[in-house]
Amino acid sequence: MKTDVGKVDGKENGTQTRKAIKRGIILRTNAIFMVPFILLWGLYVLTHGSSGPGGGFQAGVVLAAGVILYAVVFGLDRAKRDFPIKVMLLIASIGVSIYAWVGLFALFFGGNYLEYGALPIGHEPAESSELGIEMVEIGIGLTVMAIMLSIFYDFAHGRD
Amino acid sequence: MILAVDILLLAVAILLAVKAIQTKDLIESIILFSGYSFILAVIWFELNSVDVSFTEAAVGAGVSTILLVAVVSLTLRHEEEETKSPIRSYLAILACIVFFAILAVGVPDMPKIGDPNAPHHQHVVPRYIEKSYEETGVENIVTAILANYRGYDTLGEVTVIFTAGISVILLIRRVWE
Amino acid sequence: MVDVVEIILTKYNYLIYIALMTIGFYGMIGKSNLIKKLIGMSVFQYSIFLFYISIADIHGGTAPILIEGEKVTYVNPLPHVLILTAIVVAVSTLAVGLSLAVRIYREFGSLDENKILMGLKDE
Repeated sequence: MKTDVGKVDGKENGTQTRKAIKRGIILRTNAIFMVPFILLWGLYVLTHGSSGPGGGFQAGVVLAAGVILYAVVFGLDRAKRDFPIKVMLLIASIGVSIYAWVGLFALFFGGNYLEYGALPIGHEPAESSELGIEMVEIGIGLTVMAIMLSIFYDFAHGRD
Repeated sequence: MILAVDILLLAVAILLAVKAIQTKDLIESIILFSGYSFILAVIWFELNSVDVSFTEAAVGAGVSTILLVAVVSLTLRHEEEETKSPIRSYLAILACIVFFAILAVGVPDMPKIGDPNAPHHQHVVPRYIEKSYEETGVENIVTAILANYRGYDTLGEVTVIFTAGISVILLIRRVWE
Repeated sequence: MVDVVEIILTKYNYLIYIALMTIGFYGMIGKSNLIKKLIGMSVFQYSIFLFYISIADIHGGTAPILIEGEKVTYVNPLPHVLILTAIVVAVSTLAVGLSLAVRIYREFGSLDENKILMGLKDE
């Protein structure tokens, strides 16, 4: 059964499959199962930060760890094709902007900076605060994941 | 806070830290440091701080280790031969002993372990614990303080991470692809 | 003399934290490899976090996540918040320090502090 692992580098399937077996087929099989679960669990931690342990920072680091596992097992080129560097920097900037703009919206609606109770998204201040906290956690998670990945790409480039 | 487990974990942490600093092979040092980080995460879980233990296990034993290993693969694996005079290491040991003595003088004034009447449990923390559900609507008090009561500090922290990412790009990246 | 023994018995954990801090401190100043210095800095930082989290604990308390109904004692959540921020700042500092080490290695070809200083003097 031919796989398309070899297509990325332009080499034949034969060499690449032999290299994959040398690189460790146990590692590849485990990583194929684990990476989607790690990414899904990172998303779970992000959205359930208000009712259990978790939140923005933990979720960002777990998501980055999932992509780093993918990069270590399948090759840095494949990870750079699937999670490109420029998209990561864009996501990082969007994350910080979400946080800062939520605060500014609170200013526009009459409260202090970052006062979630003044936002008109809930029926009462406690509900607005809960939704504001979730938006802010999404922003934090995006930024942390993107920056951890960007730093990893910079260091993992190899000697040149 | 079980006493025997606490002492055992702290003893293992000290052993790992000493060996990580002393060994000359950098990969061994990094792996011991990752183990030290993980033992600390277990100690913090035993001290009922679940959020911090989660973050430490993910950051210290995860991302930190992989960054250190990547840098060692870019540079050298073994420490180079010592070329400094032994006077320098004696001065370093003397400085460490003075450091330990200065900090140990303050130990008798610290509160006992686990005392609920210690001064840092009063004033503002009971208010956070009592009023956090009705004012913020979330059950995790740590998230409520982090994102609502002290949200400004968290904005500064996200900016710090962002700046660190930009600094690494400016220092290391050779080719803009 | 009995006072000292009693202090050591009830507050032994502070002495262990100070010992960990001293180990990290020695790694920062007594070793000449740059990466070993950074590892020493990280050991120092994590031991300070251990000190903060341990004073937040209360006997018989539980994790600071609200439970429906019952009246339980929660541990102090404020140091947890401070240390969460500090952990992430520590890893950012480590990343920038490592990138400086890589740049220094590219310039001087060595990661040993004395060789770098001698290289600077020659220029």
